[in-house]
Amino acid sequence: MNRSAAPARHEATGTARLLAAWHADGRPANLTEHLDRHGLPPGPGACLIEAVEDAGLTGRGGAGFPTGRKMRSVARQRRRAVVVANGMESEPASRKDQTLLAVAPHLVLDGAILAARAVGADRVHLCVPRTRTGQLRDLAAAIDERRSAGLDVLRISLHALPHGYVTSESTALVHWLNGGPARPLGARTATCEKGVRGRPTLVQNVETLAHLALIARHGPDWFRERGTAETPGTILVTLSGAVRRPGVLEVEPGKTIDELLQQAGGPAEPLQAVLLGGFAGTWLPVEQALGLPFTRGGLAAAGAAPGAGVVAALPRDACGLAETARILTYLAGNGAEQCGPCRFGLPAVAEDFAALAAGRGDADLLSRLRRRVGLLPGRGACGHPDGAARLAAGALTAFADDVEHHRRHGHCRRPSVLAVPRETRLKEWR
Amino acid sequence: MTSTHTLRIDRIACTGHGQCAELLPELITLDEWGYPIVRHAVVPPDLRTHARNTVRACPRLAIHADPVTL
Repeated sequence: MNRSAAPARHEATGTARLLAAWHADGRPANLTEHLDRHGLPPGPGACLIEAVEDAGLTGRGGAGFPTGRKMRSVARQRRRAVVVANGMESEPASRKDQTLLAVAPHLVLDGAILAARAVGADRVHLCVPRTRTGQLRDLAAAIDERRSAGLDVLRISLHALPHGYVTSESTALVHWLNGGPARPLGARTATCEKGVRGRPTLVQNVETLAHLALIARHGPDWFRERGTAETPGTILVTLSGAVRRPGVLEVEPGKTIDELLQQAGGPAEPLQAVLLGGFAGTWLPVEQALGLPFTRGGLAAAGAAPGAGVVAALPRDACGLAETARILTYLAGNGAEQCGPCRFGLPAVAEDFAALAAGRGDADLLSRLRRRVGLLPGRGACGHPDGAARLAAGALTAFADDVEHHRRHGHCRRPSVLAVPRETRLKEWR
Repeated sequence: MTSTHTLRIDRIACTGHGQCAELLPELITLDEWGYPIVRHAVVPPDLRTHARNTVRACPRLAIHADPVTL
């Protein structure tokens, strides 16, 4: 798998907006280049919220919540607001945010400042993992460049957070910024009303903010020239697994999964399935997936979702059950460890799944596994157990033939394909 | 319109004491590790008192009965 954060330069198909400068020059844009290409960010205005609403921008962090609506609910609060730019990208199968921050940091920073002024915030917090030291250094330099140029009236603070799968959740960011561990806070926390220091807090994925920076300059109609009515604009997606050119692409929602795979050079070998949405996503058999548009609506009927733009291609010469077992082991070791049903339930499901994949299950294994998977959703403070359940249940359906085969004949001994991080439990949450 | 309550568990506060399942077995059972499964969240009128006692009895104050109007 391509480990570089940089997207392929030859993918300039005219769709590129966020990645346009990268495609043109092949190097990250500094402030001067950024301003030459895009112009100065426009002046302040609450009318930006209206523009964002008209543009139909939806969040690019995975949930797809309408950005304008979120901005309004923060702006209408009485206390002075705060903006949090979420650059954590904890999903191991996603590289789009790191890439965007590397090649177009000023689009993200413009967007964060514009959003802050629109909702009446006086501060921007940009959160990235502390393990990405190169990225931290480059972002600090970009922020300094802007400060020296006197570009922003608001302060941008850069924060280096613990890097864990659940530390990117919006309440986890708020928790950490408030002096606590980067663990999710639970469903009753409305960060739009009470977040950082008890203030109304707008948490947005960095890609969402970059789109916002362009909407502010070019308007909602321009934004809607691309994409679908449901998901206007462009999206960044990460293609991985058995494709010829894995990496980050900027595409129009509405393209089919087959078109995305082709844009990544096509399959490197015959495929059996694709994992959509990320480690907490859904496996679909390849025949079913190819013709589906990569949108919420297009995938919903198949029981899948785009998540944060993740497509991982599984070749025929791989074992879907074994890959799923590896991912579940990773998920089991990377929860916040705050809720019993997840702390105990996820490792049990991961163990059962590993036994299934290794062909060493007892007669009760499958029914026990199904029962345990069924008890995960809705019984934790965050969506972590729900995601693991979705992955496991989807795998049992997509790889039903393999389940039978493994029961009868044991381990299929196929090689591992997907890049799953080693399951090292996060020790420092603060 | 009837007013009743919905059971809600604060999963971070809950440490699996199991009092809730003991006091309200009609609505709550425990999983294999002792953590509550809310089988039926909306409290029927005849269990209203038991639900209230259950909320009070939790050593971790982890279960709540939120008022709802159906």
